[in-house]
This record gives sequence, C-alpha cells and structure tokens, in this order.
Amino acid sequence: MRGMAGWRAGWLGRCSGFWATAAVAFLGCAAGLAQEPPYFVTYSHAMEEPGNLEIEFKGTQAAPKNDNAFGGATVEFEYGAKAWWTTEVYLSGQTTPDQSTEFTGFRWENRFRPLMEEHWVNPVLYFEYEDANTADRSFLEVSGNDGVADLATRNAAARSDVEREMEMKLILSSNTRGWNFSENFLTEKVMNGDDPWEFGYAVAASRPLSMRAGARECVFCREHFAAGAEIYGGLGTTDSFGLHDTSHYLAPTLGWDIPRGPTIAFSPGFGLNDNSLKVLWRVGVQYEFQQFFSRFHRGEAR
Amino acid sequence: MRRALGIVCFVLGCVIVAAAEVNQDWLKRVPAAERVRANPYAGQADAVAAGGLLFADHCARCHGDDLSGRNGKPSLRTPIVAGSTDGELFWLLRNGDLRHGMPPWSGLPEPERWQVVAFLRSRQ
Repeated sequence: MRGMAGWRAGWLGRCSGFWATAAVAFLGCAAGLAQEPPYFVTYSHAMEEPGNLEIEFKGTQAAPKNDNAFGGATVEFEYGAKAWWTTEVYLSGQTTPDQSTEFTGFRWENRFRPLMEEHWVNPVLYFEYEDANTADRSFLEVSGNDGVADLATRNAAARSDVEREMEMKLILSSNTRGWNFSENFLTEKVMNGDDPWEFGYAVAASRPLSMRAGARECVFCREHFAAGAEIYGGLGTTDSFGLHDTSHYLAPTLGWDIPRGPTIAFSPGFGLNDNSLKVLWRVGVQYEFQQFFSRFHRGEAR
Repeated sequence: MRRALGIVCFVLGCVIVAAAEVNQDWLKRVPAAERVRANPYAGQADAVAAGGLLFADHCARCHGDDLSGRNGKPSLRTPIVAGSTDGELFWLLRNGDLRHGMPPWSGLPEPERWQVVAFLRSRQ
C-alpha cells in the first residue's frame, strides 16, 4: 500500500512529465496572448477571438480530511466560432491513490454575447451539456448541495453513476479602470434522473499588475501578470434553496501571460465552511493558437 | 457580351460599395463624445514601441505585421483608418465590431489600448 508521500511524489512525477512535454510543444510554435482574467470557475465576457483555438490544461489537487487525496485534470479546447460565439469541449479525468485513474466524462459548452457593444455590464448566455460520472474532480463549478461528503464515494462505485446534465449560466461582466468584475449565476438539471434543479454562483474580480505596457519586450514585467480573487459555491436546489448545506470557496488567483508562450494561472481555493475542502489547489496552463485553421491554408504565411 | 460584362461590373461595383458600407458601419456608431477623445500618448516614442509589441501579440495574426491584412482579414492601411480620429480607433478597440468578426479588446487596460492607437497612427 502506497503512502501519501509516495503517492504525491508519483503524482508530481507525472506532472513533471506533463510540464516537460507541454514546454517542448509550446516552445515549438508561435502563440498569442489571451485577454482573459485569471479565473478558474468564474466566466467573464471575454470570448475567444474568432478563428483562435485555445487549449488549456486545468489541474486540481486536494486532500480531504479523513479521505483519499485526489488529483483532477481537465483539458479544454476552446474555439472562437464568431466574435459573439465561443464553443468549447472539455475532457476530464482524475486519479485517486489506492483506487484508480479514471476518464470521468466530457462537457460541451457554448457562450453567446447577445449585445454587440460594450456596456457597463455585459451579459453572456452560457449553455452546456455534460456527460460525466460522479468521480469527476474537475470542480469547474459548485452547485446544488455539493460538498465533501460527495467525495467519499469510491471510484469503483462512482464510475457507473453517470449524470447527463444541462447547465445554463447568466454571466455578467464589466471592465472598468483596468479591473474586471464578473458575476455568474448557474442552474443545472440532471436529465437522466429525478434530481431537482440545482443552483450556484461565482463572483470574481481581477486586475493586471500594470496598466501600461513597456516599450521593451520582457517576460517578467508587471503587465504580464494579473491578480484577483473569486468566490464560488452552491445555492442549493429547488427543494432547499440557500447558502446552507453546500460548499463555498474563496480563491485568490494569479495569472502570468508569457510573451509568445502559454498563460499560466495558479489558485489556492480555501473552503469557507465545513462542507468544503480545506484547500483546493488549482493550476492552469493555456495556449492560444491564433487563426488556427488558416495555418492549413495553402500559401498562407504562418 | 458587352451587356453581360456591364452587368457583371455593375454587380461587382454594388458588392464593393456594399462591402465598403459594411466596413464603415462601426464608424457611424461611435458616439460624438468618443470621437473627440485625445490620445494621452500621442506621438510618444515609448508608447509607439509598447503599442507595437501589443499589436504583434494581439492583432498581427489577423491584420498582418505590416497592417496590410492577412488570411482575408482587413487591412489597416486604408483611408477609413487613416481618416479616423484617435478617439474613433480607441472606441473600435474597446467595442470591437462583433458582427464582422472584430473582437472587443476591453480586457486590455485603457492605457494599453491608447498605446495601440499610438502605434497605428505612427504607421499611417
């Protein structure tokens, strides 16, 4: 039986392999910088630029009290179909020591900007179809009565408990004086069960560390960093609406846009009640291929 | 034959005029107060250089390193851009032109958007 230290060393070892592969891939081709705030759960009204493909890895890690630690991984493929329409596919998996490593499912989301100009508050409509089992540890949202008790189910049992859900979000977002303020309200419904409608929220703010770009190219300049915080949690269900019997997190975030390279984000999420994990660690690496399909056009300069 | 050629030229002319009208559409939406906004970094060499770096990161893939357009995306070396005020270009950067594929860049801080305008102006 492997100890926790051994499992962590193995997990970190696998992560090191991922980073090395990712670094080689990233260094081998040109990239562009995204203008998205460094959030993991909250959406702003920043859409993927049309024609751009963004690939992002999001990792989660936590060690629930009196329970197995786990690591979750999600890979996102986000494409700007139109300037007002972004479509995205997620593939998720997780690993739990002494249990198993699982592919947990997929999501397909679409975001639409109904208003064609910037306003004080900018709405975005979000629709998602999710097909994932309850072993999922991506924590892309918290809804309903989600809590640490859900994490006690062993993978062997959770893998056969597949939920097919429809999720909708109202995203409100503002950019002012360099700050971004975003508020999300979500509702989701399990389609293959009798569960009631579930609700959740996420609120976030962030700002670049510098408002002006420097005249010289540099990697560690302040304008390439953004810091902020997000708060997210569940709001119960139609049967028990409210902040009780669910989990809530406060998560400082830090993002680093490496010029002509990936964007890296990091966030420790601190649980705000007994139903929450004590700390949920998150790391994200995203890479944007600008005008992805034009790269395959004959005669186009790359 | 000559008649058919005339019809083709007429239709092509209509398309070009219509396209020009579409491309100018965003200009008509700029509020008067925005048109007259002055660039606080106008003519500053540092701002032009910084704007050039921002342009290379965010804009060049569509509009080209030399601003002449790429992959079917519009050139910025046009009379419309040259004749626009700094305030109008700044408004376009903030709002984009979503109907025609130009994303908004409101996620960039305002000073950075002015730096991009300073760069564009230096290349006209």
